Amino acid sequence: MSRMPLPYNPKVLELFKNPKNLGKMEDATVIAVAGNPLCGDMITFYLKINDQDVIEKASFESYGCAANIATSSIVTEMIKGMKLEDAWKVSWKSVTEAVGGLPSIKFHCGILAVGALKRAIRKYYENKGSSPDWLSKEPTFEEKQALEEEELAKVLSKRMKTEEEK
Amino acid sequence: MVENVKQLLKAHEGIKHEVYLDIENSSIVPKEIIEAMLPYYDQHAYGNPTLTHKPGWEAFETIMESTQKIATFLGCKTLEEVNFTPGETEANNLALIGIVSPMKDKGKKIVISEIEPISVLHVTEMLQKHGFATTKIPVDSEGFIELEKLREAVDKETVLVSLSTVNHEIGTIQPIKEAMKIVKDKNPETIFHTDASDAYGKIQFNVKDLGVDLATISSYKILGPRGIGALYVHEGVNVERILEGQIGTQKLWPGVENTPLIVGFAKASELAFQNFEENIRYMRRLRDKLFDGITGKVSDVRVNGPKGDKRSPDNVNTSFLRCEGEALTIELSLNGVYVSSGSACSRRLLQPSHVLVAIGRKFDEAHGSILMKVTRYHAEEDIDYVLSVIPKAVERIRGITGSTGVE
Repeated sequence: MSRMPLPYNPKVLELFKNPKNLGKMEDATVIAVAGNPLCGDMITFYLKINDQDVIEKASFESYGCAANIATSSIVTEMIKGMKLEDAWKVSWKSVTEAVGGLPSIKFHCGILAVGALKRAIRKYYENKGSSPDWLSKEPTFEEKQALEEEELAKVLSKRMKTEEEK
Repeated sequence: MVENVKQLLKAHEGIKHEVYLDIENSSIVPKEIIEAMLPYYDQHAYGNPTLTHKPGWEAFETIMESTQKIATFLGCKTLEEVNFTPGETEANNLALIGIVSPMKDKGKKIVISEIEPISVLHVTEMLQKHGFATTKIPVDSEGFIELEKLREAVDKETVLVSLSTVNHEIGTIQPIKEAMKIVKDKNPETIFHTDASDAYGKIQFNVKDLGVDLATISSYKILGPRGIGALYVHEGVNVERILEGQIGTQKLWPGVENTPLIVGFAKASELAFQNFEENIRYMRRLRDKLFDGITGKVSDVRVNGPKGDKRSPDNVNTSFLRCEGEALTIELSLNGVYVSSGSACSRRLLQPSHVLVAIGRKFDEAHGSILMKVTRYHAEEDIDYVLSVIPKAVERIRGITGSTGVE
C-alpha cells in the first residue's frame, strides 16, 4: 500500500514523450489485445508479417501509464525485422531491461506487453492453420498473467454491478 | 533510483509557468506563514512548555495563545477541547481507536461512509481484527450520504459514527447537522466524529453549532505547515491515548510539542478566516473557471461530485475518458501543472479511487480522473495557463490510447 515515488528512468520518459511506432496499422496481418481498461492497463499490437514469417512492421496503441506506453513501444522496436520464432523468445525481463529497468510495481506492464505480443504470434498461426514446433501448446507465463489481469477486471466489474444492484 | 528522479527533474528544466494544484496531498506554505514560524525555532519559545525556565514558559504561552486562536475559529468552549496531533491521519486514528477502546463494553459497531479517507477506512479495517464491525453507508452519484441508510445502520450497539464534513476527493459538503441528529436520535450515546480537514477554513464549520463530539482538522489543508493537525474533543467525551510517553500540554498526544508548527497552524487559520467570505468567493470563481474551461475545451469529460454551493469552494475533480490518469499527471507535470489522479496506477493500487467507485464511476472513468484544489494564492493567470495546458495534454494521451479499449 505504500506510495513510493515512481522513479521512471530517462529511457522510459523518452519513450513516454516520443513513443516509437505509435498508431493503428491499416495493413496489419494480425492484431492482438491484452489487458482491460477496467484495470487502467491495455495494449493493442499491430504486426505486418511476410511470407517468411518475419515481422516487417510493428505498431501499438496503449491505454495505460508511462511504463505501459514505454514497454509497448520498445517491444515494437525490438521485434521489427525479427523472425516470429525469435520474437516468441522475447521475455518480459528482456523488455524491462531494454527500457532501462522499471520500478517493481510496474513489472506487470512489461509482462502485459509481452503477453500481447505472444497472443499476436499465436493468433497469426491460428489464422494460418499451422503450428510450428517451437510454439508451445501451453500458454506462456506472460499470456497467463495477461489472462489473470483480464479475469480480475471481470471479477471487479461484476462485484461493482452487484453492489449497484444492492 | 535517486539518479532516475534527478533525470526526471531535469526533464522539467525550462518550464516557464508552474501551477501547483495538488493541495490534497501536500501544500506550498506561503512566505507569511513561514515567517511567522521562524522566530520560534531559535529566538523565542524554543523550550519545552512543561519546564520551569523562561524559554519553556514562553513556549507554554505561545502554545496556549495559538490554541486560543484555533479554538475560537472552531467554536470551542474550552482550550482543552483542542488537541494537537502530527496531522489528519493521526487525529483520525486517535478519534477512532481512542473512542472505541474505552467503549468496547457498550458495543462493537462502527458506522462510516463509503467515501471516507484512508485514515478512517483503514483504521476501521484494523479494528475489525479486534471485533469491531463496520457498516459503510452508501452515497449517491454526487457523493451525498444516504441518510435513510444511516438511520437504519445506527443502533444500541453503535459506539461511533465517523463521517467527513467535506469529501476530500470530490468536495461534497455533507448535511452533517442532519446526519448528527439522526445518529443521536437513534442512540444518544453514540459518539459522532467528523473529519473536517477539508471543511475548516473552506466552508462555515463550527463545532458548537453542529454539536459534534469529535472533529479532525489539518494544517496543510489550509496551507499551514505539514506535521500538525488537531482533534477537537467535546468537553466530557472520553478519548484514550493511543501512544504512551511523556505527557506535556497535550494530554492525548505524548512527546515534545512542536511549537513552530503550532504557531504556523494558528497563522494559517488566521489567514484563512481573515476575509473569509471574500476568500471563499474567490476560490469558487477559480474553481468554476476551471470546470467551465475544461468542460468547454475538452470532449468526453465527467465532473465528479456536485456543482455549485454544495461543493467545497476549492475542489475540482474531472474524469477524462480514454485518458489514463497517471500518464496524464506526468504529461501535465512536464508542462508545469501539478495535480494528482485517482487512477489505480498513480495510487499504486490495483483499484482506482474508492470514492469515485462509490459514486458509481466505472473503473475506466475513475482511472482518467484528475483532482485539483485552488487556493486564494492562485491567480487568474494561473488558471488560464492550466486551461491552456490541459486540452493539449489530454489530446496527446488520447492519441496514444487510439482505439484501444474503445468498444
